[in-house]
Amino acid sequence: MHSSLWLSALLVVPLLGAAGAAFGRSKQGLSYAIAVASAAVEMAIGVVIFLLYNAHVAGAQTFDFATRYVLSAPFGLAYDVALDGISLFMVELTAIVVLLALLGGRDKRREPSFVSWLLILTSFTMGSFVAHDLLEFFIFFELTLVPCYFIIAGWGGREKNKAALKFFIYTFSASAFLLIGILYLGLAHQHQTGGALTFAYGVLSSTSMTHSTAIWLFTAFAIAFAAKAPIWPLHTWSPLTYAEAPTAGSIELSALLAKLGSYGLLRFAVGLFPLALADVRPVMLTLAVIGIIYGSILACVAKDLKRFVAYSSLAQMGFITLGVMSGSKIATVGAVLLMFNHGIITIGFFLIIGFIEQRRGSYQVADLQGLQGPAPVLAGVFTVVMLASIGLPGLSGFVSEYLILIGTFAVHAWWGVVGAFGVVAAAVYLLWAYQRVFQGRAVGANAAIPDASTKERWVLVPIVVLIVVLGVFPRPVLDRISPSVQQLIEHVAPSGVTK
Amino acid sequence: MTVSTSAPIVIPSIHYLAILPVIILFGASLLLVFLTAMVRTKITQVAATAVTCAASLAVLVVTYFQWRCIDKSGASTTIAHAIVLDGFSVVATGVIAVSLLLATLVAHDWAVRERVQGAEYQILALAASAGAVLMTQANDLIVIFLGLEILSLGLYVLVAFDRHRKTSAEAALKYFLLGGFASAIFIYGAALVYGATGTTNLTTIAYFLASNVVLHPGLLYAGGALLIVGFAFKVAAVPFHLWSPDVYEGAPTPVTGFMASIVKVGAFAAFVRVVISALGTQMETWRPILWALVVLTTVVGASLALLQRNAKRILAYSSINHAGFILLGIWAGTVRGVAGTLFYVITYAPTVVATFAIVTLVGGLGDENHSIDAYRGLARRQPWLGASMAVLLLSQLGAPLTTGFYAKYSVLAAAIDQGGSALALIALLSAAIAAFFYLRWAMTLYADETVEAARVVVPRATGLVVGVGVAMTLVFGVWPGPLATLAQHATLLFNP
Repeated sequence: MHSSLWLSALLVVPLLGAAGAAFGRSKQGLSYAIAVASAAVEMAIGVVIFLLYNAHVAGAQTFDFATRYVLSAPFGLAYDVALDGISLFMVELTAIVVLLALLGGRDKRREPSFVSWLLILTSFTMGSFVAHDLLEFFIFFELTLVPCYFIIAGWGGREKNKAALKFFIYTFSASAFLLIGILYLGLAHQHQTGGALTFAYGVLSSTSMTHSTAIWLFTAFAIAFAAKAPIWPLHTWSPLTYAEAPTAGSIELSALLAKLGSYGLLRFAVGLFPLALADVRPVMLTLAVIGIIYGSILACVAKDLKRFVAYSSLAQMGFITLGVMSGSKIATVGAVLLMFNHGIITIGFFLIIGFIEQRRGSYQVADLQGLQGPAPVLAGVFTVVMLASIGLPGLSGFVSEYLILIGTFAVHAWWGVVGAFGVVAAAVYLLWAYQRVFQGRAVGANAAIPDASTKERWVLVPIVVLIVVLGVFPRPVLDRISPSVQQLIEHVAPSGVTK
Repeated sequence: MTVSTSAPIVIPSIHYLAILPVIILFGASLLLVFLTAMVRTKITQVAATAVTCAASLAVLVVTYFQWRCIDKSGASTTIAHAIVLDGFSVVATGVIAVSLLLATLVAHDWAVRERVQGAEYQILALAASAGAVLMTQANDLIVIFLGLEILSLGLYVLVAFDRHRKTSAEAALKYFLLGGFASAIFIYGAALVYGATGTTNLTTIAYFLASNVVLHPGLLYAGGALLIVGFAFKVAAVPFHLWSPDVYEGAPTPVTGFMASIVKVGAFAAFVRVVISALGTQMETWRPILWALVVLTTVVGASLALLQRNAKRILAYSSINHAGFILLGIWAGTVRGVAGTLFYVITYAPTVVATFAIVTLVGGLGDENHSIDAYRGLARRQPWLGASMAVLLLSQLGAPLTTGFYAKYSVLAAAIDQGGSALALIALLSAAIAAFFYLRWAMTLYADETVEAARVVVPRATGLVVGVGVAMTLVFGVWPGPLATLAQHATLLFNP
């Protein structure tokens, strides 16, 4: 068992960075430098944790770095962190996202506040992923709304106020269900044991409950996570919000906070209510494939690139949900991998869209044409990201989508079949979008755009590297994810499916 | 009861420590009255404020000794069981003292700004606080009524304090008429309960109801319902809230803050005692009433606030929404519920006083500038003041890392514990509606537009109050342990 201080450092370093950035506001560029430095430290800690992580700590069920410290007994409030193979990659993704968002999505308007909010958001997101206690998770989960809200409302596009409010109210309302569910579960557990009120994940997972209670609680949890992810039909906040948020905000929202939804669904909704799974599975799988098809169709007709990514994310989140809900080990591993891969792919998309927006002042598809002529590097990277998203063998997206589809097909064939159409649809909307934006003859303003600068190229390099490496050699990642997923699947389906 | 003339009048034993806070507050009030009458020149604001602050600090010190006394020898009653000294009353008294202290500092700066002379404000505020403290300690319907009236009479005058503004007088009249009506309803309820149980003492009522079967409970139910209506008026629960927005808007702003904090504490403390201590055995009867009150109060309060453009009216509806949440703790009716209610008022009182402190400052000379537009870009011009307001709003919204989250958390947990998941969900969804106007306000604070507006002057005392309010919100928002333990401990020392 490694020291939990590593995880605490993940929470504290961005906060220190945020404070430093706020205090460094007097000098031009100092805040930004502090922010980037703290994000780099965060990344370094992430790498250390990746290397240290040991899935086989005795008696800890693949959790490592664990500690628990009770803050308030009457409230059952505790600081409880732990990391397993599933949360490990969410933590890595968080560290990568914040670094790249800072480097590639630099916004010079009131920069000290901007980078501070971004770092605060990073800390809260890290907190959600390493929380090993439901109440603590909820607090972090809910807290991410505040910096997000201020980032969108402060630095967004024309309809930023509307977008920020819609985003906040939507997710805040949905998480009301989660809080009620968590409280219900914790109190039910307290009544059963007669002990102190606790929300510790490991303890609550053994709460006995009736079949219908499990279904109710699963539903309450799923509503909150579906709105966050977003999963059809609770996605309606996302296109407007993604479109209006600043580049760094869109990256955080879609690459990272969306994963809070799918991660929560897997860890808490699936992990805690195995009794409900048999009944809710058809519903959730159906919603997932609807999301895949619906997102793909809307991505085809999206009028601007940010909405395009929003809808394609909806389709990708559908794939993730398919894997998470399938109950198959292989598909679940694929889903966790896709959470990570989709994060990386989305950063790529939004960074390139951000670069185009900087140059052209627009991300409307109608305004753009033939960009591959003047900007071959941007077009090239877009192609790689796009092909990874389509699931071309040799790139990261292929591995995860393949695992999800093959795993789902083995246990719930028909949903797998319909879901597979999503891969075809993805090829359609992605290639079509590429055609409209990058191919053709560039005239006027489109012909005059400069290609990626050296700094921008350096920001894009890690994305391309990750996409290729994870496509060719996913083994180190799969080896770390598998034991934890195995554990989870065995817990929720003791007798059954572990294909 | 008939008292025969021949029997000697027995003076009940008095535990002076128990009633010392009331004595101190009344004493300070009387002292100021005397000084006003005896001293030839007008008493300065500084002197009057100093006396009030000293009195509230003295009360805080007394509550410390009271707490130690209870910790050692348990809860007790005194003066023929009419006054109770238990953890619950002590903590509630402490909250009232803190609210009085903070509100007085705000009022001081306001009085200096508006050139208010004399000590009338402080005299009335002290008396009203004494009434509120009496309500938290009352173990008898008559004593509750006494406290209620003392509290209300002081406030009626305070609301009318701004003689230059017509709305102030209008608000006072409205408050007086409806408040008088509510008091009448309450005392009528008390009379009916007396008729049904033969006593006005809360402990004896509880004992009577526990040991007798009431075959014709109509009288008791009617009495209990009227008592609940009386309290619902005082805490502005829907549908008895109609006075509240007008009064909040019309009253001088520091008075509004004072009122919003201590009335909630006093009225909810007495509410808890009557409903849970005295009528606890009738839980199944009054729960549906409270259920409806919670739903109406949370939802209507949050929804109507959306329509408002006036800061004070928004906060009035917001406080209605909060009253609904506090009622949730009473609905639960358990130790957890009482602790939740207590925790809610402990955290809500300083937040709301600090919020109204900022509203007072922004209101400017004449106390008129209360449109929400007055806050446009405030955080850009004055980052600290704007950020303080944002934190206070987020706390009322219930965002984590502020006390507002744990306040909601504690009452929700109590309700869910008693099988009230649906009720808790409705209340929490109303908080999502409420989030809309809190955020809209926060957005106004951070609006980009550079509006030509005068800097808001922040006098030292008010600045201190805002700082204390924000610090309490954040410190206990990160680390609610001490307050949660205090509330729970206080409730375990609750005189049943």
